[in-house]
Amino acid sequence: MPTKHIKFTVNGVEQEQLVDSTWTLLETLRDKMGLTGTKEGCSNGNCGACTVMLDGKTACSCLVLAPEADGRVVTTVEGLETGGKLSAIQDAFVKEGGLQCGFCTPGFLISTTFLLKNNPHPSEDEIRLNLAGNLCRCTGYDKIVKAVERAANG
Amino acid sequence: MVQTFEPKSDYHVVGRSPIRHDGLDKVTGRAVYGGDVKVPGLIWGEVLRSPHSHALIKSIDTSAAEKMPGVFAVATNADFPSPKAGEIDTGEDVVNFERDTQNLLAKSKVLYKGHAVAAVAAVDRNTALEATKLIKVVYEKLTPVRNVDEAMAKNATILHDNLVGDHLGEDVKKTNVARHFRHEFGDVEKGFAASDLVVEREFTLQMVHQGYIEPHNATAIWDESGHVTAWSSTQGMFAVRAQTAGMLRIPESQVTVNPVEIGGGFGGKTKVYLAPVAAILSRKSGGRPVKMIMDRNSVFEASGPAPGGKIIIEMGVSKDGKIQAVATDLRYEAGAFPGSAVGAGAICVHACYNIPNSRIDGRDVVVNKPKSAAYRAPGSPQAAFAIEQVVDEVCDKMNWDKIQFRLDNAAHEGTRRGDGVMFGKVGLIETLEAVRNSAHWKSPLEPSKNGKLRGRGVASGYWMNGGNKSTVDLMLQDDGTVALNEGSADIGGTRTSIAMQAAEVLGLTAEDIHPYIPSTDSIGFTATTGGSRTTYATGYAAWEAANGLVAEMSKRAAVLWGIDADDVTFANGKFSSSSDPELSIGFKALAGKIGDTGGPVSSTASVNLGAAGAGYAVNICDIEIDPETGKTDVIRYTAVQDVGKAIHPAYVEGQIQGGAAQGIGWALNEEYFISEDGSMANHTFLDYRMPTALDLPMIETILVEVPNPLHPFGVRGVGEVPLAPPLPAVANAVADATGHRFPHHPIKAGRIIEALSR
Repeated sequence: MPTKHIKFTVNGVEQEQLVDSTWTLLETLRDKMGLTGTKEGCSNGNCGACTVMLDGKTACSCLVLAPEADGRVVTTVEGLETGGKLSAIQDAFVKEGGLQCGFCTPGFLISTTFLLKNNPHPSEDEIRLNLAGNLCRCTGYDKIVKAVERAANG
Repeated sequence: MVQTFEPKSDYHVVGRSPIRHDGLDKVTGRAVYGGDVKVPGLIWGEVLRSPHSHALIKSIDTSAAEKMPGVFAVATNADFPSPKAGEIDTGEDVVNFERDTQNLLAKSKVLYKGHAVAAVAAVDRNTALEATKLIKVVYEKLTPVRNVDEAMAKNATILHDNLVGDHLGEDVKKTNVARHFRHEFGDVEKGFAASDLVVEREFTLQMVHQGYIEPHNATAIWDESGHVTAWSSTQGMFAVRAQTAGMLRIPESQVTVNPVEIGGGFGGKTKVYLAPVAAILSRKSGGRPVKMIMDRNSVFEASGPAPGGKIIIEMGVSKDGKIQAVATDLRYEAGAFPGSAVGAGAICVHACYNIPNSRIDGRDVVVNKPKSAAYRAPGSPQAAFAIEQVVDEVCDKMNWDKIQFRLDNAAHEGTRRGDGVMFGKVGLIETLEAVRNSAHWKSPLEPSKNGKLRGRGVASGYWMNGGNKSTVDLMLQDDGTVALNEGSADIGGTRTSIAMQAAEVLGLTAEDIHPYIPSTDSIGFTATTGGSRTTYATGYAAWEAANGLVAEMSKRAAVLWGIDADDVTFANGKFSSSSDPELSIGFKALAGKIGDTGGPVSSTASVNLGAAGAGYAVNICDIEIDPETGKTDVIRYTAVQDVGKAIHPAYVEGQIQGGAAQGIGWALNEEYFISEDGSMANHTFLDYRMPTALDLPMIETILVEVPNPLHPFGVRGVGEVPLAPPLPAVANAVADATGHRFPHHPIKAGRIIEALSR
């Protein structure tokens, strides 16, 4: 299997990894680097559980080949805390109960981080539209939407 | 004698909504799910699946795969020890290991597309996957049986030559109907004769999937001593233990199942698909740990969806607004092997009504689709889809108020359920009254201003809820906090709801209780998290264990004070002497002094609850349809449910909202779209269209609390009832908006356009 050295920044730390050229970014994060917070739900970009931030934009890490991540900046759920403190979004999801099984949660947290960076006070419709790429089967989305509103408005 | 309890209202923990114990781990990515398990020396397993929905296996040649570099082992059905034949009661479930092993790895026949045929263990996932492609299977294709009509047709293709059907007590060979049973009381024909209106309708339903986001997974080691250690996403660690041990023909004591977080289940993670196969691959690979994760296509094609089928209902009513008779015929798809939820469907279908003359026929029908499994109130949503639409039509025809009719005919304490069981204390009437008094029901539906069609639907639903065995183990820490071990997988926040019940007894906060779910070797048997039993039964065990802890601490206080143990009382978090008012100590203070009075304090309670508190829900749904595209939007939704007593109201709301969302998806979009060749055409999340955040409004909830006298705090199960009413609530709303009835689900845009153009 052809391999490739990639250099990229993951959660603020510059990394070098030797990857199979067929590996996805998701496999690299999870199986090679132990960052299992990012989840595999469908492996074809439909569920959003594997959402990460790639150069400041959301991406399904199951649809990105590892070599494509060369030279880029990746943020996963493990990179949302600062100095051992939850981000306002993580805190709001816990306090509002915006999760049940928690499997889709990392993807929602990344998508919400992206949304609030670009639109700090979204309406309910804007929240629903921007989170429509992340499937949740437990909550019916009510408490997720409320968690995003709480994170946005304090 | 079953103990009963009087309701109270002055709780200090119960009825509040503290933050969940697993929240931090789940927002930081630390929570460990089955797919995250790492074990030294781990190798991967992959499965070869059938491309055909019905075929004989003429031969399997695994030699090329075995020779591929990086491959450790290949397994087929022949690697299972000869299974015990017939039905076996595992204490929680009746299983048939012979069929189960054939479901995990096909023997002489493949019975659905995606049916596992062989499995490979290799150094990594891709190597294992490539190796499966080297396995040569020769098939002889057979005609697929795609639905209950084809399965029950004269000269139907028979799935199982050795299946002997039980048809009303008679043994029948060469049949696809594994079981036909009947519940009957009164005289249905007389009831219809006495009716002023009789409506008979036929409904068809497609299979649907639970849609949990986490695929099935398992990691297993079958070590040199013969012991199997497994990790698997499951609703029941003890069920994985029983099923794995049963299929491998080893004692359950030789299987340890470790807990992992579960990424959604909804009933679909009560059966094993991978753990025994991973164990066989492990043994054949020299005891190496083998990890398997199902891909999403296979989760759709080869796990356990909810049955589709056909339901025929005939209802007779008299002019005074009373139901005179109902005859129901339920034909549920079991999938490839017998065992659909038709039994539960039959229990639920008439359960919202007091019906003097009742007959229910149930048929469990095998078809060339994956073996069905439980899905949240198994069998009930399908049944509700049918009967609640008939009730709606009857009310429309007779111009009756839809809530008043349901109240006039409501099941209540002492009336008989369709299967003959007498109802205990139930809260359907209170739930219907809450609907009638709700802001939603009182606000008339405004007509659309943009030419769209609007409609409102209402529907009821029922689930009996479960009891069964649970164990809780409490250990007092020196600082007065308590470690709580429980055997229930937490799929809906039950770690917290169980901890809260212990905290209530102990006078502590929810945060003072630290809940853990240990391995099957570290806690007493606890039945699967299913049947909405966990907050009820495991919560009951927590209550009992907490009382045991208080009793033991009272003894220790007596030692400390040199008084008689009977003299010590416990109230409001304080131990006191009833004879000496000077002697009083708080729970935590006593915990710090207890070490010298007789060693560590712990308390274990195991319960086996025969009865549970039945649950009812009634939903109101407003929809808007675009007549050009047929697209249906739910614009307002209110779910009203008798929850007994909400231990953690916010989680109860979450259960109800999640159930409503699943039901709306089931009603409008979700289905197994079966092709000519019997395969599922839409086996991705793109084509199997579950609701996104954009598809739903906020789901309003109203919690009705009619306490269950069988539980110390009045708990009824709450997790499953929410999925019963949404299908018919949506269907009735669509009928209200369009003037057309939709007896087929899903009520998708194409069907609506077709009806509107008629």
